[in-house]
Amino acid sequence: MSDVQAAAETTAHPHADLLVEIEHVIFGYDGGRTILNDVSMSFGRGKVTAILGGSGCGKTTLLRLMGGVYPVDRGTVRFDGKVVDARNAEQLFALRRRLGVLFQFGALFTDLSVFDNVAFPLREHTDLDETMIRDIVLMKLNAVGLRGAAALRISEISGGMARRVALARAIALDPELIMYDEPFAGLDPISMAIAANLIRTLNDTTGATAILVSHDVEQCFSICDYAYLMSSQGKVVARGTAKELAESEDPEVRQFIRGEPDGPVRFHYPARPLAEDFGVGA
Amino acid sequence: MSGLVSGLGRRTLELLRIFGHHATFFVDLLKACPAALRRPYLVVAQIHAIGNLSLVIILASGLAVGFVLALQMYYALVTYGASESLGLIVNLSLTRELGPVVTALLFAGRAGTSLTAEIGLMKAGEQLAAMDMMAVDPMSRVLAPRFLGGIVSMPILAILFSSVGILGAYVVAVLLIGVDAGNFWSIMQSGVDVRRDIGNGVIKSIVFGFICTFVALYQGYEAEATPEGVAHGTTRTVVIASLGILMMDFILTALMFSTP
Amino acid sequence: MGKKSVETMVGIFVLLGLAGLVFLALKAANLGSFSGGDTYMVTAYFDNIGALKVRAPVRSAGVTVGRVASIKLDPKLYQGVVQLAIQHDVQFPTDSSLRILTSGLLGDQYVGVEPGAGDKMWAAGDTIKQTQSAVVLESLISQFLFSKAADAGGAPATAAAASGGKK
Repeated sequence: MSDVQAAAETTAHPHADLLVEIEHVIFGYDGGRTILNDVSMSFGRGKVTAILGGSGCGKTTLLRLMGGVYPVDRGTVRFDGKVVDARNAEQLFALRRRLGVLFQFGALFTDLSVFDNVAFPLREHTDLDETMIRDIVLMKLNAVGLRGAAALRISEISGGMARRVALARAIALDPELIMYDEPFAGLDPISMAIAANLIRTLNDTTGATAILVSHDVEQCFSICDYAYLMSSQGKVVARGTAKELAESEDPEVRQFIRGEPDGPVRFHYPARPLAEDFGVGA
Repeated sequence: MSGLVSGLGRRTLELLRIFGHHATFFVDLLKACPAALRRPYLVVAQIHAIGNLSLVIILASGLAVGFVLALQMYYALVTYGASESLGLIVNLSLTRELGPVVTALLFAGRAGTSLTAEIGLMKAGEQLAAMDMMAVDPMSRVLAPRFLGGIVSMPILAILFSSVGILGAYVVAVLLIGVDAGNFWSIMQSGVDVRRDIGNGVIKSIVFGFICTFVALYQGYEAEATPEGVAHGTTRTVVIASLGILMMDFILTALMFSTP
Repeated sequence: MGKKSVETMVGIFVLLGLAGLVFLALKAANLGSFSGGDTYMVTAYFDNIGALKVRAPVRSAGVTVGRVASIKLDPKLYQGVVQLAIQHDVQFPTDSSLRILTSGLLGDQYVGVEPGAGDKMWAAGDTIKQTQSAVVLESLISQFLFSKAADAGGAPATAAAASGGKK
């Protein structure tokens, strides 16, 4: 058994020391469709927690709310005990300095090199001189295995490498909370394994808290301490450790975990009866 | 019938909303400028991207316009025996009108579209959101430097356009057609006033710089995060900026040149 | 592109712009000739200023020595009050006269100075009384017609006899 799986075996106690708490949050963009319907979650300090669910169930929206990009319609989001107010610029600034985000597909700055991308948060938020920044950047790149690629331009690196550079950038300021938005999407099996390994190792070595948003059940289960499953109606359908979810009897949970094409989440988009559309039958 | 009225009402309200959105964006942009000025290298890099890289098309167009102006004006003036005033007419046309306006239109097409596409794609690739999450204000770091870069580049480009145009006119008028060189310059010098003609031309180009750059940045920022969205954004930049320039040109000309 | 090279290129760009501006201002406009530096003001009254405009030149012997600073109407005398800014190094005797002339056939109007012969020179703030108004085209035509009519009145018989003889 790999050391990654061994680390995941320790049962997490989700209600011990919490870094982020989401309580009865209701949210919709600009008063449109309600994306999150009374969602409550908590994320233990130093743990890797996964948020699973199909596309469009509001996982990415949750990350945005935790980062204070949008204000919640109802409910509260708490970071380290304090309520996150998306309208308070000063508080947000302080919050985001303790936050590292890995965006889907990286969101690297295409006009800068790999080195400059990772150096960006350091140059913006610290007064360190260039020699110190160089050392830190190379250390972070080394942690993700890309120290040799420091001089490359973003257009010259592959998708998997871009994801790793984005990870190095996310941890540049040694944040307490790292949020991963679909870190495994579109990667080949090797890159996926590398990414999963990095996420777990980083957590164990730095003691940071990780929130993982994904729909890749296998990779998430191999590294997370606790997981939430969301439905497309924006509700939390199940919560528990990887083991508990895998053994769940709930049909919705089973359909997602096992990847069954039809179940509580219907295969067919709502339509008229077949006979009507094809003019068949009496 | 009532459907028509309510539709009209809805569209008017929508137009007002868009107008207000433009205004708030403009104010946010202005508020972000002092922060951008504290990082002068960002502005300098944008002046390079916007101004330097537009030099070729501006200079080439200026030369071409100068050639054509000299030729056309000569044909018109020679019938009145006033071909000696060719230099004066070409200069006034360029510094007062063609310099600022044509430069602005070319600018909207070249630099405006590239700004719109760049900002639109940055937004689509979540680069601006990433900056936001890293507690770096994308307005100050990305948008304001480009705004300032455009405002600085535009007058310089307009001046260069007019200068090259006059030189081009000199080549055609004096070297090719045979208008007297001394008269070409002296009649021009006695008729062109620095404050009135050149100064007003520079003021015009600064105003056009504001308009072009602002429209380009707004369209890029508000474009939909799809290929079609960015394409529509770039088209809108050129159309709206061009219309804005031509309308402002009329207003400014009336304000500046109505009293002799 | 390295940071230094970008800054150099932008420096060249801005310098080019400044050079263009200097070229336009000096070679292509009137900055080099008359810079309106140190001047002194004198006032002149005209019955009719014609088409004189502010900033029109003041010339003596064809050389520009000043500019029209302002044009107003005197409410009591109903005359045009013209303020002239003359270059401080050019002085005219107090009995010099001013005329409003036209440059060329259809050109702009300017103020011409006919220098007098006295010893005392204009001082700043002086008022000049010897002025001649601009030529108004309509008055010229009516003058011409009037004089023609006067001539014709003296020889109608000769004209009638000549035309009668031709029949």
